[in-house]
Amino acid sequence: MTRAKTIILQNGRVLDPAADRDFIGEIWLQDGLIVPAQQKHPEDCISFDLQGKWIVPGLIDMHVHLREPGEEYKETVESGTRAAAAGGFTAVACMPNTRPVNDCASVTQLILEATAEKGSARVYPVGAISAGSKGTGLAEYGELKEAGVVAVTDDGLPVLDSQLMRRAMEYAGSHELLVISHSEEIALSRNGSMNEGVVSTRLGLRGIPVAAEAIMVYREIALAELTGQHTHIAHVSTAAATELIRQATARGVRLTAETTPHYFTLTEEAVADYNTNAKMNPPLRTEGDRMAIIKGLQDGTFDAIATDHAPHSVLEKELEFDRAANGIIGLETSLALSLALVRDGLIDAARLVELMSVAPARILKVTGGNLAEGNVADVTVVDPDREFVFTEGSILSKGKNSPFLDWTFQGKAVLTVMGSRITHNELS
Amino acid sequence: MNKDYRFEHKHILGIEQLSAADIFYILDIAISFKEISNRPIKKVPTLKGKTIINFFFEPSTRTRLSFEIAAKRMSADTFNIAASTSSATKGESLIDTARNLQAMSPDIIIIRHGSSGSPGLLARHVDASIINAGDGTHEHPSQALLDTMTVREHKGKIEGLIIAIVGDIAHSRVAHSNILAFTKLGAKVRVAGPATFMPAMVESLGAQVCTSVAEAVSDADVIMALRIQKERQDDPLIPSLREYAQFYGINRALLEKHARPDALIMHPGPINRGVEMNPDVADGAGSVILEQVTNGVAVRMALLYLVMGQEGTE
Ligand SMILES: [Zn+2]
Repeated sequence: MTRAKTIILQNGRVLDPAADRDFIGEIWLQDGLIVPAQQKHPEDCISFDLQGKWIVPGLIDMHVHLREPGEEYKETVESGTRAAAAGGFTAVACMPNTRPVNDCASVTQLILEATAEKGSARVYPVGAISAGSKGTGLAEYGELKEAGVVAVTDDGLPVLDSQLMRRAMEYAGSHELLVISHSEEIALSRNGSMNEGVVSTRLGLRGIPVAAEAIMVYREIALAELTGQHTHIAHVSTAAATELIRQATARGVRLTAETTPHYFTLTEEAVADYNTNAKMNPPLRTEGDRMAIIKGLQDGTFDAIATDHAPHSVLEKELEFDRAANGIIGLETSLALSLALVRDGLIDAARLVELMSVAPARILKVTGGNLAEGNVADVTVVDPDREFVFTEGSILSKGKNSPFLDWTFQGKAVLTVMGSRITHNELS
Repeated sequence: MNKDYRFEHKHILGIEQLSAADIFYILDIAISFKEISNRPIKKVPTLKGKTIINFFFEPSTRTRLSFEIAAKRMSADTFNIAASTSSATKGESLIDTARNLQAMSPDIIIIRHGSSGSPGLLARHVDASIINAGDGTHEHPSQALLDTMTVREHKGKIEGLIIAIVGDIAHSRVAHSNILAFTKLGAKVRVAGPATFMPAMVESLGAQVCTSVAEAVSDADVIMALRIQKERQDDPLIPSLREYAQFYGINRALLEKHARPDALIMHPGPINRGVEMNPDVADGAGSVILEQVTNGVAVRMALLYLVMGQEGTE
């Protein structure tokens, strides 16, 4: 929480793919902005020698659930953004499925006030597509936009009415708001609690077929084509949806898409023995899907990695599998899981920064995503070699619901700076 | 039996966790207990002083009664807790309820629950041995054990037999446990029914899928029909019970045309007569349905005895 006049990050590998830069050098931060390096260090400065470490634009997670207002026992803006900072994030976009739903200016303001008071990261509220996310009329996007929302979605639920989704895209376009789709055909997924396949059959659990995601992704593509509006597909889990998005983007549909670390790391096997910390929606899929997701990250089908950070308490998770809540936390493991792709040679470091910072900033039209002078001083320092064990006691999020508990990771954010404010520091 | 063999299961959560040796051992013990049922005084002191709780979240007369008789024949103290009288309906979680049960220091909890995997969840939160009496659409191990016992008694072996299971395989824990049990013991299992009744990748369980009932029952040593649930509101699986009976019901004409004359006819009960099985089949030649019930008590006695670590042997 230190605010010094000048923060000097030196001898690090500066990774700034937005400007196609990758060099060993220094970045100066002053009064909330990135400034040109000077010959002489000023009196009141903090400098960090970052040999062997990466200096990257602050990471942005465009899909998190902060649970405030209404479910503060699961997470708050304060705890969620602390977890974000520890995970290397300087900004998060929070989903509207709070209680009440963020479908009006007053809820948006409440979130932004909590952020101003206690936040350790920038918070970009996402408003609801429909009033109360009930799937009938539109929420008031004009007012929501003025209050500060950057996008609209009924995340957690799909928009079942195709006409409503069409109107949402058109009307959001008029207010220059992005529409984010949680793509799920409920008729196929209803009462399902994991991927439909070998494991659901073995465990006797009702399955959610791949088609439940693919059908709705295809509908969103068709509607994005019809309306010409930019549409973003959230948390893609299947090879089928990945291929649909690839083809649509290739023919020029204004589409962006994200996937999550759990879909490129785990498969349905993680559910074995009814582990409710591996229960989420959409569900973990097969090895074939996992490989297709990785390919999508490599070839640009996916624009962003987001976490779908979904904290729950033991009240929602220590239950029979079919009754347990969907969702896992992700803010404190996302970078490490993504760095594993770099270490395995599947993507390079610049692509990782693109997926976790540059693209989310571009899609949400928010600050950050680059290290250009004059830009906001949102910077993350990554130690790609730092090992850590992800223990329950180390988690800053109020939710401990992670399938990665007790995993040993390599690679960690060791310094997070948001607008010249140090929000996380493991260096000194 | 291998001299080094030891039965080492504290809980009976499913057939999945049992080896072929475990299953044969259970069946051997069950046969020795079956003899008790034929005595004038059907009671042994084996589990005297043990507390057994029948914890049933779903209505069940047959299975609960079978476990209760098994426990009483072994002189255990039994308590029945049904969902309507337990706190389960008041929004208390299974784990809360388990902790309350724990305070009664039961030795064995027999659980039936609508959620797959709930016996394992219970096992992680109480000290007692857990016996799964049916969980969701997952497993019903004691049913599969009594079925294998019945078949072995009649055919003298399991290995090499062809077992045909007809009905709603996807939503049947009986089918699931039976596929696993018979396959582990070396039989070939065929399943038949409309595609809406087949779970995803059913072959992964080790069963072969037949497109017609006629194909499934041809050369089969055992023909088992499953109880058809009433039509589901949220999932149109079949158009009507009438049409199901016509195309997938087991009737005498079908058997005479396609089945071996010595095929055993089985059903886990209770039968919807005239739907999945005609009365002339259920009560006719080859039917071992009532023996299944008798063997159920013997198998459950064996399970209670074995999970108690065989202390206090007679
Ligand atoms: Zn969602």
